[in-house]
Amino acid sequence: MPSRAWTLGVAAAALAVALVLPFTLTNFRLFQFTQVFIYAIALLGLNILTGFNGQISLGHGAFYAVGAYTTAIMIDQWQVPYGWTIPTAGVVCLVAGFLFGIPALRLEGLYLALATFALALAVPQILKYFEHWTGGSQGIVLSKPAAPWGLALNPDQWLYLLTLAVLVVLFALAANLLRGRTGRAIVAIRDNAIAAQSMGVNTALYKSLTFGVSAAYTGVAGALSALAIAYVAPDSFDVFRSITFLVGIVIGGLASISGAIFGALFIQFVPNWAQDISKAAPWAIYGVFLIGFMYAMPRGIAGSVRMVAARWRRRHAEPAAPAAGSGG
Amino acid sequence: MDTLIQQIVSGLATGGIYGSLALALVMIYQATDVVNYAQGEMAMFSTYLAWTLLNAGLPYWVAFVATLAIAFVGGLLLERILIRPVESAPVLTIVIVCIGLLVILNSVAGWIYSYIQKPFPSPFPSTPIRVGNIYFGAHNIGALAVTLLVLLGLYVFFRFTTLGLAMRAAAQNPVSSRLCGIRVGWMLAIGWGLAALVGAVAGMMVAPIVFLDPNMMAGILIYAFASATLGGFTSPGGAVVGGLIVGVIENLVGTYVSFIGTELKLTVALALILIVLVVRPSGLFGRPAVHRV
Amino acid sequence: MPPLLAVRALEARYGDTRVLRGVTFEVADGGITTILGANGAGKTTTLRAVCGMVRTAGEITLAGRRIEGRATEDVVRLGVAHVPEGRGTFVQLTVEENLRLGAYARRDRRELAAEIERVCRYFPVLAERRRQVAGTLSGGEQQMLAVARALMLRPRLLLLDEPSLGLAPLVVREIFRIIRTINREERVSVLLVEQNASLALGLADHAYLMETGTVVMSGPAAELRENDAIRQAYLGY
Repeated sequence: MPSRAWTLGVAAAALAVALVLPFTLTNFRLFQFTQVFIYAIALLGLNILTGFNGQISLGHGAFYAVGAYTTAIMIDQWQVPYGWTIPTAGVVCLVAGFLFGIPALRLEGLYLALATFALALAVPQILKYFEHWTGGSQGIVLSKPAAPWGLALNPDQWLYLLTLAVLVVLFALAANLLRGRTGRAIVAIRDNAIAAQSMGVNTALYKSLTFGVSAAYTGVAGALSALAIAYVAPDSFDVFRSITFLVGIVIGGLASISGAIFGALFIQFVPNWAQDISKAAPWAIYGVFLIGFMYAMPRGIAGSVRMVAARWRRRHAEPAAPAAGSGG
Repeated sequence: MDTLIQQIVSGLATGGIYGSLALALVMIYQATDVVNYAQGEMAMFSTYLAWTLLNAGLPYWVAFVATLAIAFVGGLLLERILIRPVESAPVLTIVIVCIGLLVILNSVAGWIYSYIQKPFPSPFPSTPIRVGNIYFGAHNIGALAVTLLVLLGLYVFFRFTTLGLAMRAAAQNPVSSRLCGIRVGWMLAIGWGLAALVGAVAGMMVAPIVFLDPNMMAGILIYAFASATLGGFTSPGGAVVGGLIVGVIENLVGTYVSFIGTELKLTVALALILIVLVVRPSGLFGRPAVHRV
Repeated sequence: MPPLLAVRALEARYGDTRVLRGVTFEVADGGITTILGANGAGKTTTLRAVCGMVRTAGEITLAGRRIEGRATEDVVRLGVAHVPEGRGTFVQLTVEENLRLGAYARRDRRELAAEIERVCRYFPVLAERRRQVAGTLSGGEQQMLAVARALMLRPRLLLLDEPSLGLAPLVVREIFRIIRTINREERVSVLLVEQNASLALGLADHAYLMETGTVVMSGPAAELRENDAIRQAYLGY
């Protein structure tokens, strides 16, 4: 486990860099990084459920959609100020996730994956069906919020900073949660639910709550994405979205908070690189990247970082240890 | 009544196709605990290869058998080259590799053959077969027959040959299999080869109906999931039966329930998956998972 | 006569933990050798190492040929049959299918039916239950099935990992009697790992005692049986 000081140091450095960017990058690049932050929040949500708690979800795109549409509908139909929509989306998804988590208690591994997969597939259909609320296939158009309090920032810069702020808060909360007793209970349930139960952990409650929290995170990400893109439509929340999230957490690193950021960077930028490399078959290149990354880093980017760090630490601790061969 | 029988038979035909793909999924899942999401794309790609052979002038059944052989070797090589390096990695890692394969196959097929739909010939006559007062599409009957024949062949292979026995053993208990001298890695590879072969049959039987295009197997893969879920992911026979049932239900619902158009047909499959998972996750014929403490 | 199996300075580890720290022993050609020791001494790991199921350092020589580092499937094909802890039967397959698999590695797959007859002569109860699914057999019957399956290989060396575990004394005695018969009639060398010291010492010619990953004592079984330290620690009197 890397020391707290080390982690905080790296995080602070990253944050410093992130704060400088809005004043150096083009609006388009800023938008891309805003997307990275949004994905990172969504991926952290999924990782809490799948990486830390062992419940596989191929349907988190659904919660992303619920968050996005909550924001869009609140602004479009009821003219709610956008600031209020973000926590509302979170709460709505918290409840939705918790409710979904209850029947999901009966399902494990493959079967849970199938159920969430079916859910993900159904989302675009359901969204198109409830036309009156969702605007059907046309979707809902929003306008990008301007910076408040007369700050001298353009909308892209403002959204970037807003998203960054939400990310920092949510990541700090998650880090706190996962390092404490709750986190240990969550991981214990993943590793051996029966043992955890027999030690007094209320697995049913924890699993459902974890589902809820995970959905809430992804829902907040969805809300932010609705604001950033200023448009929601059913087809952007298809099953591919959910699969991309899964790709993100595995490539980034399961059960890792930093993994969410690595994963977000991957799913945002690698498709673009693939396009640059080959106009004719970009997804083939993307697929090659996927496979290549998994060969080189089977436990994700964060997993490889951890391994390298551990090896480095071991090598630098050697001199004091006794020669291997003695010992009882 | 006549329409009902027609629809049932036509449902069985498509159901046989779903069941074949479902069988391929279950075969690999049983041996490796991994669902090969690329199964549909592998079938699609095999069908395109068949199309190429047919275009080169080969007679249908020659191209058919040649495609089966190529698919078998292709599946085997894919397992040895692509999956073997991550064999002992966490399950989700292997899943991502399968997704990578899916994306590559789809993209390459689109690149080589374009996304324009192409017609694919059926080896069966276009005149309907008449039984009493009812007319059955010859392709439907033919596809059903071919699918069942291939599945029968597989059954005989697994049940009565030594290699088939060794493969079953390797899937159930790799450690003990090694202690019997079985090369478990190669058993897996052959399993992938057979799954690819079965998928190729499914692809070639369905292409005349839905037309050949790189995305043709996506919907069918979902029906295959529904079939395997219904039949039970731990039961190869169940997957086939599940496929037949799903095919029939899909057809009957499409015919008799008026508001279900093509859009919502997929939702029927999804609803089926969810209902089965809620009521009996292990499916009709599957074994419920036992948790060893 | 050179030993059939010679193991020198064998080391093995699971991850970072060293389980075997230099194990040396031999199995005489045609003899029965036993390795005794408490739980965690490394006995099972030793057997697994011989079969190539664990990463090792050191030398393993079978009939003059070095086999360390070889894959399990290859070691089996050299005539080594391993009956693992927990029996390792294919519980979803029938008794007959289990036996057929035992002969899989043989180059000369003569009349399978005749071979199964031969093996069932040792274990008549298996003949009765040929078509039964192995998982429905009792513990003792599964153990017999495991040994029978190993015999289908016509092995030169039979490795047995705690065959008495979880079985009723009568059944255990029967199995041990059959092992002695197989050893005498078919010249199958046996390497037996056991916690039940008195049974093992009654069957074996030669014995080794392992503690925390090394061999601490060895000698003819008769001698070890009389040894005071062993009697008190392992035989209970």
